[in-house]
Amino acid sequence: MNHWIIAPVVLPAILAPLIAWVMRHDMTLARVFSVAGTVALVVISIGLFAIAASGDVSVYKLGNWDAPFGIVLVLDRLSALMVLLTTSLALMVLIYAIVSEWDSRGRHFHALFQFLLMGVTGAFLTGDAFNLFVFFEVLLIASYGLMIFGGGGMRLRAGLQYVVMNLAGSSLFLVALGTIYAVTGTLNIADLALKVQELPVEDVALIRVAAMLLMIVFAIKAALFPVQFWLPATYANAPAPVAAMFAIMTKVGAYAILRFFTTVFGPEVSATGSMAADWLLPAALITIVIGASGVLGAKRLMSLAAFAVLTSMGTVMVAISMFTPDAAMAALYYIIHSTFAAAALFLVADLVMANRGHDGIRMSPVMARSGLISGLFFVVAIAVAGMPPLAGFLGKLLVLEAAQTNTNMVWIWTVILVSSLVMVVGFARAGSMIFWNIQEADETDEAEAKTATTSALPVAAAMAPIAVLVLLAVFGGPLTEFTQATAEQLFTPVEYISAVLGAE
Amino acid sequence: MEMLVASAIGVLTATGVYLILRLRAFPVILGTAMLSYAVNVFLFAAGRLTVNAPPILQKGVLEYTDPLPQALVLTAIVISFGMTAVVVMIALGAFLETGDDAIDIAEEGE
Repeated sequence: MNHWIIAPVVLPAILAPLIAWVMRHDMTLARVFSVAGTVALVVISIGLFAIAASGDVSVYKLGNWDAPFGIVLVLDRLSALMVLLTTSLALMVLIYAIVSEWDSRGRHFHALFQFLLMGVTGAFLTGDAFNLFVFFEVLLIASYGLMIFGGGGMRLRAGLQYVVMNLAGSSLFLVALGTIYAVTGTLNIADLALKVQELPVEDVALIRVAAMLLMIVFAIKAALFPVQFWLPATYANAPAPVAAMFAIMTKVGAYAILRFFTTVFGPEVSATGSMAADWLLPAALITIVIGASGVLGAKRLMSLAAFAVLTSMGTVMVAISMFTPDAAMAALYYIIHSTFAAAALFLVADLVMANRGHDGIRMSPVMARSGLISGLFFVVAIAVAGMPPLAGFLGKLLVLEAAQTNTNMVWIWTVILVSSLVMVVGFARAGSMIFWNIQEADETDEAEAKTATTSALPVAAAMAPIAVLVLLAVFGGPLTEFTQATAEQLFTPVEYISAVLGAE
Repeated sequence: MEMLVASAIGVLTATGVYLILRLRAFPVILGTAMLSYAVNVFLFAAGRLTVNAPPILQKGVLEYTDPLPQALVLTAIVISFGMTAVVVMIALGAFLETGDDAIDIAEEGE
């Protein structure tokens, strides 16, 4: 049994209370430990990634209780990939938050950040449905604190909506888990997969209800139509580095759908059949449309970024809803790309806000470092809209290619291509308004300019995710090979099940 | 007894959903609390309703009640308790900052 599997959960779990308790008066110390812990997490997750890349499914039995009686953590290609994605994003966001001094605008930023990391990595690693719920709550409660970090009436009110939405979601999650347990008598994902296959006919209706409830819960997390409405207000009003870190949180929902609806309620399971695909695809397509219209109509750069996240989640979900290995490969590649792209967009929006005093898409005096920031915005806009030469283009191309054999190909192609065009127009509008429509400074503008910071360090820190976007395109070949292998492993759930339950 | 428990869950859920759809923070918080009570009873019932039976397997005991849902409910209660505390604090913060406890966000200016 490899004890490193639990390290991504235990390390932040120990670090967070230490930071909150011992280092609460010393910002420097908290920063040092937070960064050191996150670097260690990155190293550990690279190690785990190397273990999982061989194709083995490793299982960690908590308390050495055999599944399905004890809780297990499972490390396969998918969970290793998601953990590595989380920790590397976290390191970049953390460094940005420190150099832009966002972390000193309130209290306990680093403790909350580490708790968030614990919840996200735990959710990716766990092999137990109820444990997944617990990790969801851990990451949510940390995200509530981060969401309202720094305070302000607008932020608190948006935070309240976000919390209420997620409380309702958690209740639904518990109802789904209760139903699943009542029908099958287990909550271990691998055991559940076996039980659902052998389900007596009279219980089929119940398990279908439970599966649909689960999908709604994960759709809330992934911000899918019709439960997407919390996302734009939340992300647009959250502190920008936090919004950048939240880019991984929507992917938790995508991951959970991918995990449950391939391993447990896969397309070949007679009880649920193609139910998931039938509902996911239209929901995902409408999400793309809403996101693209939002990008076109946004009045603030942060709202624009939030709606861009919606579009990218819609695209990911379209790919997932096809439930074929090729489409899952495209979805995974696009998940990696869109996480970094969304994070980069929020960080650039924060640079604009810091140098200009506000992030409104309207006329304003020229800001400091306008040329450099506009260049960064241009690169990120290309990435988010999915234009060549960056990875977003490749990701969308893979999704479109996977859709060729789908019966709804016409719809998928039309929506994705038209929405890309709308996004390009939206970004061009925002970019030209912000960087080209310069007006003479008057008194209110001078007041805004005074609040603007002039440090160059945040600009450098924001370049990290942008550099990753370039690397994703350069190493597109090896990366797609890995996501291909991940997708194939995902669609042979026998490996996962036999690894967890022992050879049967 | 099934009828009683089922209708209790139904009434609690209906109350919770109605309150969550209000426009002010206080009823909404009460609504989430109601929903979490409904969910807790539902989870408890997921292990089947058995009266006067120990929640553990023992020698000589043929009838027992499923202990796992009880553990799940305990976890759910603790979590929903913590979450309610957080939402009350955030609602209080929003009320003190903005001066009213409306839950909707007005049209964004800029």
